[in-house]
Amino acid sequence: MLELAIGIILGGCALGAGCAMIAGIGPGVGEGNAVAKACEAIGRQPECKGDVTTTMLMGCAIAETTGLYALVIAILLIFVAPGRFVDILMNAIGK
Amino acid sequence: MSIIFLILSVLSFAAAIAIKVMFVPASQGIDIAGAHIFFTIKMPVQDLPITESQVNSWLIIFGILFLCLFLTSGLKTRDISVRQLVAEWIVETVTNLVKTNMGEFFEGFAPFVAAILGLSAFSSLSSLLGLFPPTSDINIVGGWALLVFILITYYKMKAGPLIYLRSFGQPVPLLAPLNIISEFATPVSMAFRHYGNVLSGSIISVLVAVGLSELSKMLFRFLPGVLADFPYLRIGIPAVLSVYFDLFSGCLQAFIFAMLTMSYVSGGFPAEEYAARKKKREQRKAAREAVLASNRHKGS
Repeated sequence: MLELAIGIILGGCALGAGCAMIAGIGPGVGEGNAVAKACEAIGRQPECKGDVTTTMLMGCAIAETTGLYALVIAILLIFVAPGRFVDILMNAIGK
Repeated sequence: MSIIFLILSVLSFAAAIAIKVMFVPASQGIDIAGAHIFFTIKMPVQDLPITESQVNSWLIIFGILFLCLFLTSGLKTRDISVRQLVAEWIVETVTNLVKTNMGEFFEGFAPFVAAILGLSAFSSLSSLLGLFPPTSDINIVGGWALLVFILITYYKMKAGPLIYLRSFGQPVPLLAPLNIISEFATPVSMAFRHYGNVLSGSIISVLVAVGLSELSKMLFRFLPGVLADFPYLRIGIPAVLSVYFDLFSGCLQAFIFAMLTMSYVSGGFPAEEYAARKKKREQRKAAREAVLASNRHKGS
């Protein structure tokens, strides 16, 4: 019975980590848009390539934030959460 | 004389490698673990663990310190050496960067921005030496973000605490809770951005290395004896990833951290209110001096 419970905990943590990384879609689309617009801008005005590239990298870094939140949650779910949850289970059943 | 500083600078990086080789236990195969804890200091509230990331961070600080001393030792006004040229180039580049991004008022910020840029870049690049990069530990990056948060709040309060408190009620007082949350989200997102990028790079590198060694074990199973166990595919291929994750991403994140520091500090500073307050204070001072002068005149 205990093995089943721990198995459910581990499986739930892995599934949760996978689901959290769905958030990777958003930054991907957003950064793609940003880079596409930057390419257009450089095509229109090749002389301001440096400024456009710097601004684009800054914008990409900020757009990446939501994806990184999801990444941190996924890392916590994989490396930290299973141990904590198993400890909580053991305390609850008094072992 | 100056060569001593260069040797000391290299020595501090060598010391980090030596500490890692001597005190960190070798891992069985490849595993993903946090920083190794050397020892813990007993503290009243919570024990303070001294970890690999703290030690590496301090050694990198000493390395940068001695490198700066090496670059700036023996400055001359004519017949300048290459060393002095590099030092002048660094100072001029950072000063220009700060001037264009923050304006004339914040010109004194150049050393701070250069320090954050250099420390962050060297910390991320230290993974090329096989060290544990301190930037992949949230405690280190969180400390830097906390420092930046204190700076932002200090410069927002520069025009008086009342104006700072009133800024939370903008544009409508109903949004005050959201403004407070976004105030605290700034350092959190800065810390998570830097730490997440470096840590995800190292995790992906480890996963690719494990995958390649398993794949080469499967492909070269027909070879006899020890030859079959050798991970052939791990030669060279992970280095391609390292170019992106260690070199490019590390330097880019350092640059972004410094840029965000500059834009947050200068963006939060209420320049108009500060100018008005300064002007009012000067007027009051002038009036007080006029009164004092007239009193003195009456007395004599």
